[in-house]
Amino acid sequence: MKPAVEMRNIVKQFPGVLANDHISLTVEKGEIHGLLGENGAGKTTLMSILSGMSVPDEGEILLNGTPIQFGNCEDAIKQGIGMVHQHFMLVPVFTVAENIVLGNEPHKGLQLDIDQARTMVNRLSSHYGLKVDPDSVIRDISVGSQQRVEILKVLSRDAKIIILDEPTAVLTPQEVEEFYIVMRALREAGNTIIFITHKLQEIQEITDRTTVLRDGKVVGTVNTKDADNERLARMMVGRDVVLHVKKEEHQAGKVELRVENLFAKDARGLPAVKDISFEVRAGEVVGIAGVAGNGQNELVEVITGLRKQESGKIYLGDRDISKMTTRERIYAGLAHVPQDRQRRGLVMDFTLVDNFLLGYEDSPPFIEGPMINYREAERFSERSIEMFDVRTPGAHVTARTLSGGNQQKMIVAREFQRNPTVLIAAQPTRGLDIAATEFVHEELIELRAQDKAVLLISMELTEILDLSDRILVIYEGEIVGSMKANEATPEKLGLLMAGG
Amino acid sequence: MADKKEAAGKKGFSLLGLVGPIQFVMGILLAFIGGALFLWIFRENVAEAYGALFKGAFGSKRYIGEALLSTTPLIFSGLAVALGFRSGLFNMGVEGQLVFGGMVAAYIGYAWDLPRVIHLPLALLGGAVVAGLWGSISGYLKAYHNIHEVITTLLMNYIAFAIADYMIAVGGPMKADNELPVSPDVLESARLVRLWEGTRVSSGILIAIFFAIVVWFFIYKTRIGYKMRAVGFNAAAAEYAGINPKTMTVLAMALSGALGGLAGAVEVLGVHYKFYAAFSPGYGWDGIAVALLGLLNPFGVIAAAFLFGVLRSGSITMQAIAGISKNVVSILIALVIFFSATNKTLEPILKRLLGGIGSGKELELNTEQEGDR
Ligand SMILES: Nc1ncnc2c1ncn2[C@@H]1O[C@H](COP(=O)(O)OP(=O)(O)O)[C@@H](O)[C@H]1O
Ligand SMILES: [Mg+2]
Repeated sequence: MKPAVEMRNIVKQFPGVLANDHISLTVEKGEIHGLLGENGAGKTTLMSILSGMSVPDEGEILLNGTPIQFGNCEDAIKQGIGMVHQHFMLVPVFTVAENIVLGNEPHKGLQLDIDQARTMVNRLSSHYGLKVDPDSVIRDISVGSQQRVEILKVLSRDAKIIILDEPTAVLTPQEVEEFYIVMRALREAGNTIIFITHKLQEIQEITDRTTVLRDGKVVGTVNTKDADNERLARMMVGRDVVLHVKKEEHQAGKVELRVENLFAKDARGLPAVKDISFEVRAGEVVGIAGVAGNGQNELVEVITGLRKQESGKIYLGDRDISKMTTRERIYAGLAHVPQDRQRRGLVMDFTLVDNFLLGYEDSPPFIEGPMINYREAERFSERSIEMFDVRTPGAHVTARTLSGGNQQKMIVAREFQRNPTVLIAAQPTRGLDIAATEFVHEELIELRAQDKAVLLISMELTEILDLSDRILVIYEGEIVGSMKANEATPEKLGLLMAGG
Repeated sequence: MADKKEAAGKKGFSLLGLVGPIQFVMGILLAFIGGALFLWIFRENVAEAYGALFKGAFGSKRYIGEALLSTTPLIFSGLAVALGFRSGLFNMGVEGQLVFGGMVAAYIGYAWDLPRVIHLPLALLGGAVVAGLWGSISGYLKAYHNIHEVITTLLMNYIAFAIADYMIAVGGPMKADNELPVSPDVLESARLVRLWEGTRVSSGILIAIFFAIVVWFFIYKTRIGYKMRAVGFNAAAAEYAGINPKTMTVLAMALSGALGGLAGAVEVLGVHYKFYAAFSPGYGWDGIAVALLGLLNPFGVIAAAFLFGVLRSGSITMQAIAGISKNVVSILIALVIFFSATNKTLEPILKRLLGGIGSGKELELNTEQEGDR
């Protein structure tokens, strides 16, 4: 049987970047083919060439053995290729059904035949187990549902080769599980799937074969069941990678952060943090595990002074900080790597220099009377860029131009150098690739070795298990479990996280 | 991505600094082309019209003087709007702040009899402070009651106009002892000196340029300026870093208002020597266009204000010589505003073009933030 897709020696040059460097890729009919690579490896570029969205500089594409010439989405759709993009392309004010038929609308005369559209959506949706309500408006439904709409849209065009570009990046762990089921159903139905990700577990879970890209080149294609995580990671990063950071035994010292009977409300005024108490000691990592939206955000914001508490006390060492402003808490020794780095952690339109200055702008040596000492600020930036290996063309570009991983490195660099006694790290590796995750994990463990108290909030169980000395589980705003890390298992935590 | 660092290591010269000026000139050029098209459609002689316009602005010492005369308040009102924008605030109330500034400056100027070294600075300062307080009301409403500053600044203009009218109306507290709805004349000791014989240009222009430099310095070099910019770009991040966005919002509106007030004060103390209701032909409103055309940069504001001054004074001669209504200049101004507001779209293109020259490497603009969503 001829392979479903054969891409030969694809070259795509962007200004200054060779995004695809003679890439050849063969995808067999009916398989789930993983496309694995760090951010910037060229995965999206390669797939947008296949889906006709961009034209390669060199190379050829064969579908079922027949060479095709396209740089045109319509052609690609006719050939049965459909792509679900990393960033959804839905019209927020249209309904699910309207979005699915958009560009291909069934009509009665000049009018959209909404009944026919609805029927089609229902048929497809039940056929593949993709639950959606055809009449909901896109902006009102969850990201997971929006993704199902994207997939249905592709299926409604009779796509046989379905490209999914980092579909899991936006999903919660439960949604990811449902998503696997959908992918398997699609494969059962005879479709060929190309699944892009940079997460190793996902590759292991769902793919038949995997092609690894690095720096625009193919590193190799493997049968997934023959490849373990270490090998895949090595192919992906180009060196040995510590997937599970090793931490030395370390004696915890005195209590540095103490939270007592804390209560707080969320943005809608509903109770979000309910009577939470815990301690973090010097030289200890305490992990808070939980499904997103169970009060973690509010907890962190209350501790850092970004949200009012209803009642309770927060101590940094012996000092009661619960009445202090955010700035006073920072000066008292609290540092914070925020969960939303683009909204909270950085001013995206500031240069790196100005971003490194954030929170330091009133402290020596960065001040000269009422002025900022930009010489010092620049020196500090250069040093941070160097020490934390931030990949950037210079200190004077805006933070927006950096990749997510490098943005996170900037924040980590800035916050670690505050020399805090307590660091709160909220989802510090969300969206980061393997190399950047490894880096952040090592830095956190390094802080612990320096006798800092670290509070880690994460939705990733492996991260919690790898880094923490003690683990708390948060569920609906309450701490529902507390255990030493060596007593914790994913099953135990998972059960508690689900409220069981 | 791996070798970005090396690429940046070998420092080439960069033309990126030219992006602003080029955009500026392009905006003007496009406006003049649009204006020519308009004149042509209505069968006017384009060359004659533009010639008269040019002559009206630069043809004689007096004409140049008139251009500089309107440049002065425009620099201040442009700075007021630019400073607001830099802090994330759209100050639509400059016209009202200007009226307040002129009113208070006039009052101090005629009612108090003080030695010159105190009197003039005090009159300017008084106009700035009161206009600043006036502006800070909008800042307060924005920060603490979440009422949008566009609405409050805009509406407060009308309150300011009404108060001004009252002040000089019959029986008003600032009304002069004559038939006219004007204030008494400002004393000699509070007047700005004439700078250039044969013209009405006063030292106000120097004060304006001085303030542009001060504002630039303030925004880009001081701690408070830094915090204002942080709040302007991303209030959530500023808050995270312990900067109080509310304080900064109030302060920024106060400073923006004070600059607006200075526009009125220099106009009263340098040109009219008294206060009356229509002493400003819309300098405050033009400040918005000046700030945009100046790309929110204080030095850009100077250039843009000068351009507007030239158009204003040129238009009068154009009407006289070429018999073309000076409303054509209003169209030109409208086009300049349009193109300066839209030419932001040129920015990425220019950056790419100019970034590539000299550095040996084109700037990477589309660095998608993978996996951040
Ligand atoms: N439109 C573009 N213009 C310039 N460079 C681009 C463009 N699209 C992608 N790149 C660059 O090409 C490289 C590969 O990008 P991409 O294919 O998006 O990687 P991946 O999807 O594997 O993360 C990156 O260095 C990226 O910055
Ligand atoms: Mg991608």
